[in-house]
Amino acid sequence: MVNTEQFRRERLDRGIKIRTDGLYALMSWRELSYLTLPRLILIVGMLLLPLIVPGMYWQKVVTILCIYALLAISFDFLAHYVGLVSLGGAFFIGAGGYLAAILNSTYGFPPILTIPIATLVGAAVCTLLLLPCLPLRGVYFAIVTLMYPLVLARIIEALDILGGTDGIVGVDSFANRWVEQYAVIAMVLLALFGIRRLVNLDIGLVFRAVMDNDQAVRASGMNISYYKAIAVFIGSALGCLGGACLVHIYMWCGISLFALDFSILPIAATVIGGSGTLVGPVLGCLILVPISELLREFGTLRIVFYSLILMGFIVFRSEGLMVYGERKYHQFQRWVKV
Amino acid sequence: MSEETILKVLNATKTFGGVTALSRVSFEVRQGEVLGIIGPNGSGKTTLINCITGFIKMSEGEVMYKGKKISGKSAHKIADMGITRTFQIMRPYYTLPAYKNLIIPLFAPRAKRTGGWRGGGKLGDRDTVSVDILEEIGFERDSFVPYKIASTLPTGYLKRLELARCLALKPEIILCDEVFSGLSMSEIASMVPLIERLQMDGITIVMIEHRLRELFQVANRVMVLNFGVKLVEGTPEEVMADEKVKEAYFGSQEVEEVMNYA
Ligand SMILES: Nc1ncnc2c1ncn2[C@@H]1O[C@H](COP(=O)(O)OP(=O)(O)OP(=O)(O)O)[C@@H](O)[C@H]1O
Ligand SMILES: [Mg+2]
Repeated sequence: MVNTEQFRRERLDRGIKIRTDGLYALMSWRELSYLTLPRLILIVGMLLLPLIVPGMYWQKVVTILCIYALLAISFDFLAHYVGLVSLGGAFFIGAGGYLAAILNSTYGFPPILTIPIATLVGAAVCTLLLLPCLPLRGVYFAIVTLMYPLVLARIIEALDILGGTDGIVGVDSFANRWVEQYAVIAMVLLALFGIRRLVNLDIGLVFRAVMDNDQAVRASGMNISYYKAIAVFIGSALGCLGGACLVHIYMWCGISLFALDFSILPIAATVIGGSGTLVGPVLGCLILVPISELLREFGTLRIVFYSLILMGFIVFRSEGLMVYGERKYHQFQRWVKV
Repeated sequence: MSEETILKVLNATKTFGGVTALSRVSFEVRQGEVLGIIGPNGSGKTTLINCITGFIKMSEGEVMYKGKKISGKSAHKIADMGITRTFQIMRPYYTLPAYKNLIIPLFAPRAKRTGGWRGGGKLGDRDTVSVDILEEIGFERDSFVPYKIASTLPTGYLKRLELARCLALKPEIILCDEVFSGLSMSEIASMVPLIERLQMDGITIVMIEHRLRELFQVANRVMVLNFGVKLVEGTPEEVMADEKVKEAYFGSQEVEEVMNYA
């Protein structure tokens, strides 16, 4: 133990050069690795995940986790880079899922086709349906996105269309479980780095400007609804991609695709992981989804534990793990003699 | 400056519930001039700009731009035609550096069409162009100022940033809502030549201003609003000599000051 009467802890920020991504990073191996190491750990870690988890049950958890991660990235992007708080996770999953299932079971398209088609068409459908509410802000937009999955589930139930309450059975699975796992893991990594790239492009700046000050964007002669629609398309495409994969994983498609979990868990993951960081939400899913699996044994009590964990995170690490971790990574501390 | 009319406002009227903010205001803006709009607080100046630029819908009246009716069009379409504005309450994109603030207007359809700075983006063209514009508007190029986060910039720079945002669109008209207010005398003194230069570049400027003395240095003509009604219009000297204007500004020390000056 350090004697705190004689020593105090000193925290220093690492030099600014080493923290920027510019050309400076190429100056030495040390700086290069300082920047690339966290990314490498993430990529390699994700790729190793199916190999290190025990048994097929947990491998399934990894796949589901990736679906949630896609949703969480979509939520974080829309909420913190465009200013649209969307609770539409269930909506996107449902739209993508049903489209893929119909394409597969009715028209016989293989997964390699159903997934991209369901992603694009599903995103277009979601965007069209959300178009009227794009002028809404904050909680009002959130409420509408939450209504759609509820309404659609009731419609499917009441009219007994698209399989009704039984759902669509006999959807093709992926070739094998390795393909399945690595396909979704690759999608998460691509989505993550893709969106991170996007938000720093010029159009990404426009998205952020729409969030910051939409009047000034209008004064620059830009149609804000158009840019919001593009952003919603991108965000819902991620969700629909997840949904399309999910039906091929479950080999079944039903109204449980519109379950509220798909809307709520990504938000919780974003809160835990650090909002606006994009990586944070993925990290949040890596924590939350396994925990929620472990807690399954406790039956209904699981929601209590779950809430406690969530509350703990919000109270003690309200900035989110990723923001905290990033700060610590860019600092070093040492004990100095008083 | 020519005698050609670029913007024509006919019977602009705006009521907010029971309050009449503008009442049958008609005037013309000539190509290449600097038109000042003055009036006491709450006289409807900002409302007038909002109506012209489509940010709020007029209750009655028409706005013609180069002979075409623009009232009723949405704000982004009007801006796209080259009628730009600054905001009285400045709100830059606070989280972005100053030069990144200009990427947004440079990304706009009008800038892509008229700017001569096509492409951009990947090669960092827009970044260069935006630093150029900032330099033109009075940011020191070789300092850190253009690269500072907008929320840390002092008022003077934010006002310039507002103007730069308009300039990025290569505008025909700039409607300035109190660009001098909140600035020190020396800051205003450095802004005045800037306005003159924009006019020389052929941009028509409409300036709402409370700082009459500085306004009269640059304005070719002045229009006075009071309680949403147009009182008079004319050269600065004519306007200041007018009895109705004296009455509206009664007791205001500034009028006397300016009169002595003029
Ligand atoms: N959105 C609004 N809703 C209701 N009333 C409004 C609104 N905007 C302006 N007004 C009213 O219209 C009148 C004119 O306001 P305006 O902001 O145009 O004045 P102004 O001449 O720009 O004043 P200032 O010099 O203080 O900026 C005021 O009485 C104001 O209260
Ligand atoms: Mg005003």
